[in-house]
Amino acid sequence: MSSGPAPGASRLDPEPMARRDFLGLASIWAAIAALVFATVGMIRLPKAAVLSSPSKKFRVNLPDSLAPGQAYVPPGRSVAVFRDAAGVYAISLVCTHLGCIVKSQAEGFECPCHGSRFKPDGEVAKGPAPKPLPWRKVAVAAGGFIVDEDVTVPPGTKVKA
Amino acid sequence: MSSPSSSPSALRTFAANLIGAPRRILQSAFRTGVPRTDRTRSTFVFSNVFLHLHPVRTHRWSLRWTATMGLGIAATAAFLVTLVTGVLLMCYYKPYPDVAYNSIKDIHFVVPTGRFIRNIHRWAANVMVVTVLLHMARVFFTGAYRKPREFNWLIGLALLAVTLGLSFTGYLLPWDQLAYWAITIGANIAQSPREVTDALGMTASFDPGGLQRQLLLGSDVVGAEALIRFYVLHVMALPLLLVLLLAVHFWRIRKDGGLTRPADADERLGPPPPDTYPVFTEAPTRTYHLAAIVRGRTEAVGRGPENTVPSMPHLFYAELGILMVTILVCLALAVVSDAPLKELADPSVPENPAKAPWYFLGLQELVSFSAFMGGIGIPAIVLAGLGLIPFLDREESGTGLWFGGPGGRSLVFKAMLVGLGAAIGIEVIVIRYGWLREWFPKIPQLAITFCNSGTILATAYGLFSIWLVRRHRSTRAGAVGLFTCFLCGFVVLTIIGTYFRGPNWVFYWSPNDWPKH
Repeated sequence: MSSGPAPGASRLDPEPMARRDFLGLASIWAAIAALVFATVGMIRLPKAAVLSSPSKKFRVNLPDSLAPGQAYVPPGRSVAVFRDAAGVYAISLVCTHLGCIVKSQAEGFECPCHGSRFKPDGEVAKGPAPKPLPWRKVAVAAGGFIVDEDVTVPPGTKVKA
Repeated sequence: MSSPSSSPSALRTFAANLIGAPRRILQSAFRTGVPRTDRTRSTFVFSNVFLHLHPVRTHRWSLRWTATMGLGIAATAAFLVTLVTGVLLMCYYKPYPDVAYNSIKDIHFVVPTGRFIRNIHRWAANVMVVTVLLHMARVFFTGAYRKPREFNWLIGLALLAVTLGLSFTGYLLPWDQLAYWAITIGANIAQSPREVTDALGMTASFDPGGLQRQLLLGSDVVGAEALIRFYVLHVMALPLLLVLLLAVHFWRIRKDGGLTRPADADERLGPPPPDTYPVFTEAPTRTYHLAAIVRGRTEAVGRGPENTVPSMPHLFYAELGILMVTILVCLALAVVSDAPLKELADPSVPENPAKAPWYFLGLQELVSFSAFMGGIGIPAIVLAGLGLIPFLDREESGTGLWFGGPGGRSLVFKAMLVGLGAAIGIEVIVIRYGWLREWFPKIPQLAITFCNSGTILATAYGLFSIWLVRRHRSTRAGAVGLFTCFLCGFVVLTIIGTYFRGPNWVFYWSPNDWPKH
């Protein structure tokens, strides 16, 4: 009701919370909040906004001698390009288990690191790999093809020149 | 005020001071003089910044060789060796792809003593991992994690994790084939929660695995960004963290009452051998408060307070000895065996077989069953389990004694048989008959993630330990069984990963059977 001291109370009685205690607590919590924000800000730094990896899109010219089912691996790329009667297609060579580069062989793909094996269409045949090898996008370009390692297409997608 | 300073007596004083300066410098640095009496032996400890973490007097139980085997000191000594040699290596090492490889090559082939220093660094790191693991086993089997030392056990686990982290980050720096593919595998283990999120179809919205990998590599490939991050972790962040944790670890040993010893340690020890440095040079003939009412000698006479002896010389000579032995072992290994350096990293051709450092080969064996369970799931369960042990085992019998508590040695022996048998058994099945994927090609991935050799082994160990808890009516018995089993499993998997896995991670009895290319 009234904002003054209750009747009978002295101004010398202790307050419910002393002013100094309140200020002390407030400053501690302010410091904690500031530290939390600073930490969040610091954690943000190592998560790069722009990844410094080279472009995953590149042009290939397939050698004329490439037999159906035979892999052509463009130098420095981790994708195998194939050509058969139905067209041209590309399968990623990065093992879906722990990222090693698989080797293309007649009976499919073989990973040297933990022994995963894949069928010629990328399906898992054996070992710890959790997923099939993804197929990558192939587009027709003047005098060759453009493969985009960033774009995955459904298995079986083949492109005619 | 005073006469000019050219007076001959002032000059004489100056000369005398000059001559006396070296002695005074020494005196001001070592204020207490030669530790020869009880008093100076005490001040020797607490007036020295490097020694004052030690107690002035040490219990005789703690000084017995079998109490600790000096493993903690040996681990610290190995860390000091890596610190010194590491700083030396930083003079020449350049953390940029290809350049890094060449700088290691320079260190190895051109820099004076470079190869030797690098070998010492590498061997000291290995010695550190071994001694840290053995130290943990010692603390566990002597029940030293119990109240009031629970928190120091947790600090110890953090130190184990940082030690392994230091080792792993150091593995990348040479930027050779070994390094590159180990890091590729490591980064993909960090990404392996995708194995679960993919199976649940939620990776697009919730992808902790991808985030972990990206934070580790700073990119989506293993390249310059990854190398500098691992370098910063290896030479700055992790060593600082290690020193910080180490300081707390040591401090807590003091604050938790020194090393663990059984309640009846004094009776077990008996009177000190006559040739021990006297517990008190001026040994009292009777204890203080009994002096007035009891005639003759009392039991405590000649034992010193709480059966302790001065840390200087007893504790410090022992520590110095272990320090020297550790350094000697590192140097000897460095002379005998060179640190490996393979070909320059080639991102298109993996090393075959691509093997991690030996202490991760048990994990690599596990990830060859399931990346997520082997690389993250089971290690997290093991770490959490280890951390919980002191809070679940609140018993008191057997504290401070090797294999103390219900069951004793025979329980450890039984658990060893179960641990080795189960691990070898499950490996035989997998190597001989394959696993779910070979038997049911259409099986969903989640089934393999949660039901593979690793999870079955961990479950078997868990059930065995629950059985032990019931059988012995003691949590300690279960903990001993579980710890022993996991230790045995670790050893079996590590040996198989190290000696019996060849190209394509296929089982071979000997490297001579590996296919030739």
